[in-house]
Amino acid sequence: MNMQRREALKAGGGLGLFGLLAAAGLITPGQARAEWNKSAFDAKSIEDTLKALGATGAENSTDIQITAPDIAENGAVVPVGVVSALAGVEAIAILIEKNPNPLAASFMLPAGTEASVQTRVKMGQTSDVLAVVKVGGKFIMTKKEIKVTLGGCGG
Amino acid sequence: MADPMKIRASAKDGITEVKVLMSHEMETGQRKDSSGNLVPAHFITELSAEHNGKQVLAAQFGTAVSKNPYLAFKFKGGAKGDKLAVSWVDNKGDKRTDEVQIN
Repeated sequence: MNMQRREALKAGGGLGLFGLLAAAGLITPGQARAEWNKSAFDAKSIEDTLKALGATGAENSTDIQITAPDIAENGAVVPVGVVSALAGVEAIAILIEKNPNPLAASFMLPAGTEASVQTRVKMGQTSDVLAVVKVGGKFIMTKKEIKVTLGGCGG
Repeated sequence: MADPMKIRASAKDGITEVKVLMSHEMETGQRKDSSGNLVPAHFITELSAEHNGKQVLAAQFGTAVSKNPYLAFKFKGGAKGDKLAVSWVDNKGDKRTDEVQIN
């Protein structure tokens, strides 16, 4: 049944409808499994990604911390963590501005799950990394620049 | 068939910390092999973690997540001996579920 829905979405193709459904998927934590947000992962710019996530106009906030190195020697494995002390965080997304597709990962947190996730991402070059957090129906974000040294000598 | 995940789940002071290491190529679809052909994308798209059958995390990955993805998160509740299951699906429909006991 799920597969049919996926096919229908692909074929039916109204991008607006797809975006809407995808966004709806993002904002309902606790669902068995939300549909993979293709339009957000395929987006090529930060703006388009935010739009696909329904997070246009996310405000900068100091309530989110990105834990990541200032300088990453190996762009293939960059540890990135996002932590927020805010209560009621519903979703977290990690975006890398200068990657071909900025959205790296998005997490949906059901009630009771702490706003603290950590993963490892690939970075093609030195770039700003953005953490977009959905809390209380609003989107907020913060960013941090991570330098990627290609030569590996730690310059 | 993909290799098993390594999952560590430990409960302390009412909070369970989960660390997952998946075994997956995470091919971006932008890399070329030695003869110059593009290597098709092959990556995990969705991941779900359940504590005693109740979902505690749902994640969607893009191609920018590193090879052999690592993920750590925390949730309230969870006691020693509880079951924690993590499952993922990739863009080729391959899937894997592993389960551990929280300790």
